[in-house]
Amino acid sequence: MTYLAKPKLHHPTLPQNKLCHTRRDYEGKISTLCAGCGHDSISAAIIQACWEMDVEPHRVAKLSGIGCSSKTPDYFLGQSHGFNTVHGRMPSVLTGANLANRELLYLGVSGDGDSASIGLGQFAHCMRRGVNMVYIVENNGVYGLTKGQFSATADQGSTSKRGVVNSDSPLDMVGMALQLGASFVARSFSGDKHQLVPLIKAAIAHRGAAFLDVISPCVAFNNHAGSTKSYEYVREHNEAVNRLDVIPLRKEIRVDFAAGELLEVEQHDGSVLRLRKIAPDYDPHNRIAAMNYTQEHQAKGEVVTGLLYIDTNASDMHEHLHTTARPLNALAARELCPGKTALDKLNAGFR
Amino acid sequence: MMVKPIEAINDFVVKFANVNGSGSASANELFAKSILRMGVPVSPRNIFPSNIQGLPTWYEVRVTEAGHLGRRGGVDLMVAMNPQTWNADLKEIEPGGYLFYDNSKPLPASKFRDDVHVIGMPLTEICNRTYSDPRQRQLFKNIVYVGALSMLLEIDPAEIEKLFSEQYKGKEKLLTSNVQALHLGRDYVREHLPHPIGLRVRRADNVGERIFVDGNTAGALGCVYGGATVCAWYPITPSSSLAEAFQKYCMKYRVDSVTGENNYAIVQAEDEIASIGMVVGAGWNGARAFTTTSGPGVSLMTEFIGLAYMAEIPVTIINVQRGGPSTGMPTRTQQADVFACAYASHGDTKHVLLFPEDPHECFVHSAAALDLADRLQTPIFVMTDLDIGMNQRLCAPLLWDESRQYDRGKIMTAAELEAGRDFGRYLDVDGDGIPFRTLPGTHANKGSFFTRGTTKDAYARYSEAGPDYIYNVQRLLRKFNTAKSLVPQPVLREAAQKTRFGAIYYGSTSPAMSEAISALETEQIHLDTLRLCAFPFSDSVADFIAAHDVVFVVEQNRDAQMRSLIINEFDIDPARLTRVLHYDGTPITARFIAREIANRIHSMNVATIDQHRVA
Ligand SMILES: Cc1ncc(C[n+]2csc(CCOP(=O)(O)OP(=O)(O)O)c2C)c(N)n1
Ligand code: SF4
Repeated sequence: MTYLAKPKLHHPTLPQNKLCHTRRDYEGKISTLCAGCGHDSISAAIIQACWEMDVEPHRVAKLSGIGCSSKTPDYFLGQSHGFNTVHGRMPSVLTGANLANRELLYLGVSGDGDSASIGLGQFAHCMRRGVNMVYIVENNGVYGLTKGQFSATADQGSTSKRGVVNSDSPLDMVGMALQLGASFVARSFSGDKHQLVPLIKAAIAHRGAAFLDVISPCVAFNNHAGSTKSYEYVREHNEAVNRLDVIPLRKEIRVDFAAGELLEVEQHDGSVLRLRKIAPDYDPHNRIAAMNYTQEHQAKGEVVTGLLYIDTNASDMHEHLHTTARPLNALAARELCPGKTALDKLNAGFR
Repeated sequence: MMVKPIEAINDFVVKFANVNGSGSASANELFAKSILRMGVPVSPRNIFPSNIQGLPTWYEVRVTEAGHLGRRGGVDLMVAMNPQTWNADLKEIEPGGYLFYDNSKPLPASKFRDDVHVIGMPLTEICNRTYSDPRQRQLFKNIVYVGALSMLLEIDPAEIEKLFSEQYKGKEKLLTSNVQALHLGRDYVREHLPHPIGLRVRRADNVGERIFVDGNTAGALGCVYGGATVCAWYPITPSSSLAEAFQKYCMKYRVDSVTGENNYAIVQAEDEIASIGMVVGAGWNGARAFTTTSGPGVSLMTEFIGLAYMAEIPVTIINVQRGGPSTGMPTRTQQADVFACAYASHGDTKHVLLFPEDPHECFVHSAAALDLADRLQTPIFVMTDLDIGMNQRLCAPLLWDESRQYDRGKIMTAAELEAGRDFGRYLDVDGDGIPFRTLPGTHANKGSFFTRGTTKDAYARYSEAGPDYIYNVQRLLRKFNTAKSLVPQPVLREAAQKTRFGAIYYGSTSPAMSEAISALETEQIHLDTLRLCAFPFSDSVADFIAAHDVVFVVEQNRDAQMRSLIINEFDIDPARLTRVLHYDGTPITARFIAREIANRIHSMNVATIDQHRVA
């Protein structure tokens, strides 16, 4: 595959954000995915969210595993460092990167094969560790890159493009994230930009492990009649729980919270989420209720989307480890090396 | 037949046979340390099962005024406290040696050998009489036998009491009760047994400045001093104590006195894959990071090791080797991961390996590995083993040059990028194969790149073009070649006489090898030796082989892995290298090496001294 440089032509009238960046400044290389792949829509949503939030592109570290979905970090935020790791193991690499420098924004992109099969263990452990990151699973129910085998999120009874019937029951990543202690859990649909962009923004603003399961139909292998992850199927079965918006702290706006319609969610970093709930009785602060809610709807064959759970007081891995506020990669020898006197003492203790 | 009792001063082997979990470990260590405090070198070995309680365990102490730190082989005094292993323990005693045992219950005479001297003492009876608490009866039994031995071997009790007072500082009750138990043992021997026996400890001055420490503790300190800030690990014997020691020293030295915050992060990962993954992530992001593991862990890590090699990420792996394959002998020692590490992962990969010979070098090499990883941007393995890792050894004190700067390698800064330096992540600007890297977050619009295991061009752009691939892997080879001059060089020791025989060895084989060489000299067998300290090999290794007719390669694995590595790397005739292999899980002994080499030389039917070449 050849590398295609995307022409960078800035139209003077393109809208700019506070950093004087246009949306183009948040783009990456030209995608090599199939035309119409849901993953590209998610990349577009990430670009939109980062631009709207005035994220400095170079202060983002984007990491992924292996798969079509995991290729996407090359297609957004061209000015940030990217890391395509090994299949299923993005979480550990991101955890290490985060340990080294807590000041960057960490975006982890993975597939359902990557995260729910080979990488299930790492997914589980990075959620429970509370690694401060946005973890996006681009969930298409198949292995795209290896051409259409079932992933662990494929529904029982669905058929592959080659006509094989899936006899295993599916894993629900949202249910698992809730159970594992993720402090932000949401689900969306790659085609629903209006819901997805604010959810990504909210996940970015959240401190702690933010998990986003995005249903992302694979046009090549999972968009046929027997699939439960096709465009048609998801459109028909989508029930949105709420709509939300992110307002950064700099422009703190008092929200008029009308019961049943709007929910104010204060973020750890001071930013505020305004949620417009479509299901008026839905409370995203209750982990158990969120589990029940998603399970109930799942039993009815429905896909629940929206912000399902948020813990606004969440802490992250660095707080648990009590690490210095400074990036560990910036500490110098004088802060790290106990010196000769200490060593002499140690030697004396070893006699 | 009564054999003359062995008589030896400051040169004998005592072995303690105990039951795991009986609390004997600290008593046995106390015994070794008290001799050390008398200025007499000791070299102890822990031989323990993969089990917490109930199975046999041994502690072998070599008392050696000459300072031989390898195992000698054979036992002069067996302290047989474990009925389970009685027969085997008895067999190990040298003719004329001594058997010390608990005769609270009489054993039939058939249970003894007539060529050993039996010393019975009613330890259980004494303890049952003195202590009512069952745990105390058990624990103090160990101290009572240390007391008895101190009397039998003339160990100064003041040294033991001093050790107690250091150990139980501020815990008066424990101190007095231990001293009491010690004297209980001494008094019994004074009153009931002939003493001293033929084996004796006499004050000397042969310990000097040396320290007594295990390799895992020293290695952990190497990581602290070397500036490691991220440690991700998964428990596995015999490496766990390294991570635990790192934690201990970080808690002591790395907590900011003003803020109380930690200048380190340690994560016990969910498995070895995650632990190396975290190290890869941290290394990519500019922190000095390491993991510590053993064979099975390395197996799991290999995919990531390949990624780190291909994507050029600094990673330090301390492999405390144990007996394999598979779970093999988890609590025994071997040097059997040479292949698994040198060529870890699929495709054409080669990794830098360091081979410390003792705890001192565990310290030095761990710190050096962190520098080398940053300099070479590649995985660096520190290849220790259970024998050095978990046994205390006398070794040179740990030294640190205050003026030493960490080598952070080629990291391009924002200012350099701003000044317009051409940045291509995989460009070989200096011809040494090592490219520059930038750290995430460095510059707003310059220097960012995409890291991946897939092939790419010099600017880190995805490319499947053959020439780009070749450029990259050839550069990696160039880099490996550069490593040759950066790693510790082999240590040559020439024989007193010019000789056609050479021996190559590495790592924990070192002390047994030195002693074997001296022993062989007394038989007029002279060998030049070369101790390998690292892979890639220096060209002097090939020169050494070329300069000798017969070269023995002494190692602790079945398949002569180092020998094969040498053959493979230098493309030399395998017939030039003779295997000397020890792999039963116990540390190699001087006796074994000397006997093997002498036998081989004699069977070659050659003169041991080459008359023509003797000057
Ligand atoms: C250790 C390992 N096993 C298998 C593969 C092959 N492989 C590459 S991508 C992939 C599945 C990707 O599926 P998913 O994560 O769902 O991503 P998608 O391509 O569907 O976006 C597999 C099995 C690999 N790269 N590494
Ligand atoms: S195979 Fe499927 S997942 Fe992969 S790029 Fe094509 S549409 Fe997307």
